[in-house]
Amino acid sequence: MSESTSTINRRNFLKLSGFTGTGLMIGLSLKANGESVIEKITNSYLEKQHTLQELTGTGYDLSPFVIIEPTGQITLMNPRPEIGQGVYQSVPSLIAEELEVPLEGVTIQQTGGQKKYGNGQFAGGSASVRTSYIQMRQIGAAAKEMLLMAAAQQWGVPVSECYADNAKIIHRPSGKTLGYGDVAAAAAKLDVPKSPTLKEPKDFKILGKRYPRPDVPLKSTGKAMFGIDAKVPGMVYASIERCPVFGGKLVKYDDTATKKVKGVIGVETCERDINGHHSVGVAVLAENYWAALQGRKALKVTWDYDGNESFNSKDFAESLRQSAKEEGAVDHQSGDFDKAFAEAPVKLEAFYETPVVSHSPIEPMNCVCNWYDDNKIEIWASTQVPGRIMEQFTKKYNIPEENITIHVLFSGGGFGRRLYPDYVEEAIELSKKIGKPVKSLWTREDDTKMGPFRPMTFSAFKGALTADGKPVAFQHKVIAPTLDGNKNYDKTKTNGTMTEGISEQKYEIPNMKNLYVFHYIPVPTAAWRAVTSTTLAFAHECFLDEMAVAAKKDPMAFRLSMLTKNTDTKTLMQKLKEVSKWDTPLPAGWGRGVAQWEFFAGLAGYVVEVSKKGNGIQIEKAYAVIDLGTVVNPDTVEGQVQGAAVMALSAAIKNGITFNNGQTVQSNFNNNPLIRINEMPPVEVHIMANGGPKIKGVGEPGLPPFAPALCNAIYAATGIRIRKLPFDINHIV
Amino acid sequence: MITLTVNNKTYTIDAAPDMPLLWAIRDYVDLTGTKFGCGIAQCGACTVHVNGSPVRSCSFPVAAAAGKNITTIEGLEENQIGQAVQKAWIELQVPQCGYCQSGQIMSATALLKNKPKPTDADIDAAMQGNLCRCGTYQRIRSAIHRASEIMHA
Repeated sequence: MSESTSTINRRNFLKLSGFTGTGLMIGLSLKANGESVIEKITNSYLEKQHTLQELTGTGYDLSPFVIIEPTGQITLMNPRPEIGQGVYQSVPSLIAEELEVPLEGVTIQQTGGQKKYGNGQFAGGSASVRTSYIQMRQIGAAAKEMLLMAAAQQWGVPVSECYADNAKIIHRPSGKTLGYGDVAAAAAKLDVPKSPTLKEPKDFKILGKRYPRPDVPLKSTGKAMFGIDAKVPGMVYASIERCPVFGGKLVKYDDTATKKVKGVIGVETCERDINGHHSVGVAVLAENYWAALQGRKALKVTWDYDGNESFNSKDFAESLRQSAKEEGAVDHQSGDFDKAFAEAPVKLEAFYETPVVSHSPIEPMNCVCNWYDDNKIEIWASTQVPGRIMEQFTKKYNIPEENITIHVLFSGGGFGRRLYPDYVEEAIELSKKIGKPVKSLWTREDDTKMGPFRPMTFSAFKGALTADGKPVAFQHKVIAPTLDGNKNYDKTKTNGTMTEGISEQKYEIPNMKNLYVFHYIPVPTAAWRAVTSTTLAFAHECFLDEMAVAAKKDPMAFRLSMLTKNTDTKTLMQKLKEVSKWDTPLPAGWGRGVAQWEFFAGLAGYVVEVSKKGNGIQIEKAYAVIDLGTVVNPDTVEGQVQGAAVMALSAAIKNGITFNNGQTVQSNFNNNPLIRINEMPPVEVHIMANGGPKIKGVGEPGLPPFAPALCNAIYAATGIRIRKLPFDINHIV
Repeated sequence: MITLTVNNKTYTIDAAPDMPLLWAIRDYVDLTGTKFGCGIAQCGACTVHVNGSPVRSCSFPVAAAAGKNITTIEGLEENQIGQAVQKAWIELQVPQCGYCQSGQIMSATALLKNKPKPTDADIDAAMQGNLCRCGTYQRIRSAIHRASEIMHA
């Protein structure tokens, strides 16, 4: 050990040397039914021999959620990957609040997919705070109660005379104090309280406040470590050529010219599995990334397109329109839509279309993997799913969890793309094949062309009104692929993901029916930030606007007339009306639009104001309201909603992804553009947080209602109804 | 062999002359604050200063940088304007995922060097080469104005 310690960086060594088994460790374990319970983590992992890789890596397995070392150093384990949504602050702050420690000075460590950290080791579905708000606080509270008890016992005083503050236990009558480190060893010997008392929200010091994020200084100085920044000794670089046509097969390759490129050390095939699509690519491995790219350019690969080269977006859209004639599977219905529609005096029908779009996080897919000692894997990655990586690759290689170490680094954006570890699979296989650590790095072109993509949804609507403009019947039929790539999907079955949110809308219309028509798309598809709501909300809320117009009613009043019951949606609409000053007149040539959307992740709405500008329109202002119930960090929420609006705007007015000859047409940001700073509208964010047990998601809800509010505003300003995304904002008329 | 001066330190590296400066900085000099995003000067994540001017290092051959003063995000510690920008970025909590922010900060620092009191139009012109997929643009704009205030305080 003396020889190897010289290579261990001092910080890690100090931390490790503090691990003598005397610290306090509180963790979560999972019961068979998936429910988690707080318990003291056994010391077994402490006795484990740490490998040199663990010690010299970017981070290493320190185990449970709260670790207090005798020195007083506190480490909080964060099971939620940081992808920009702020969980590096928000989730540890749930523990810190109850533990009575400031986040400054606390070490935050990402968990690496080990079972003992539970099934919440992912970032997705706006779930991080929403689903662990109580649980994480209980962990902090339990640790605090144990520390209090240990201090009281040491002093021989009643625990009721003691309180915790700023990582210290204070004896109220005498003013004596003990640091957490002083009592951690004794606390570790106590039983974990079964139901620790949680603080009253009025006593919160961190939660609900604009608390600075600990990752922000790192990200403002270039010091934050992303997956792409991982570098390990002996590492080689890989760039992978994949079949440009989805569904194509590798026939053969000629690497003669590749192997003449200086720095190239080998060429290997490698497999990729992404949501039902399996393919084999050819990887060029080199001493540096540039050489790998040059070697890849020199490769001569023969592919068998296998008939898939005829796929194109134009014909596919037409086939989706044809599929709209099918009845579809009933997802949800109330009343008798068919009868009510047949008998109604005022009827409307409309068809809405949306595009395929890319995730395009600015950090391209990448992974560093080291396969060593025959059957051990160490992974450094930007990922949303350490838990899934652990599960997938222990299974694939039939190795125990102890053999896989996952270092979860900051992700340069996720947006759903990093829910899928296809890029991890490639790096593992390459490292296994060549026996060296490999950094596999996708180019932007790989990232844009290879998918997976958010699929399009098309929507066929029928709506009916009474003679005096009351809505009586409403039908939303979704025509779309699924996200799992299943070509043989049973068409008699509906699909909750592809009809997401439709049946959760609170508008009271007596006769409703929504339907799903499956239509296969031969490219890999995936969840995208706010998933199918990103397209369905546009269609749904714009068609409702068409009904308001047909009813000759103000769109806000029309919506509120369908919201007589006390729901969050009703409160949200009233708040939108108030903050946007809906009833005050706008200048000539301006228009206002409103939309809201409720779905699994939460609830938000917008009022957007636009003005006519030449042949197009300009977005003047957007007012957002997001309903959270309880807010952890309002500053983060504001940023998340503004960002969601930008992402929604890119998907609404930029060209998106199209296919021709079986291939993705777009390749990089020059032909797959995103919103830039000069196109960013001012977004004013209002948070509904009235307290109580209700807690809703933050990362996604700000996205779905933006496009429909914008398009409804365009109608108000111009009389032009946009039923197809994307549209050219500079050429509306 | 190519000799590079990065953040006032000299490095001699054995790299192909057409290798983009980005990869020399990241993989040879081992400074990883400068990021790869597109490889065709469309996203700005790789922005560094060459002799004080902002350059997309992904599309700038390393040979062309030889003998010039290269400043990366890590070198802003010695740059007064850069310090003001970073202070404003932290104060206004600009980054979300943070991946593009090194490039944003390098572009903002170059802007403020030329225009210490930029208008919104100046910001649009100087910053539209830097993409942010998280959509932090509103805060980037505010933080540039704030950095200008800090510089003049």
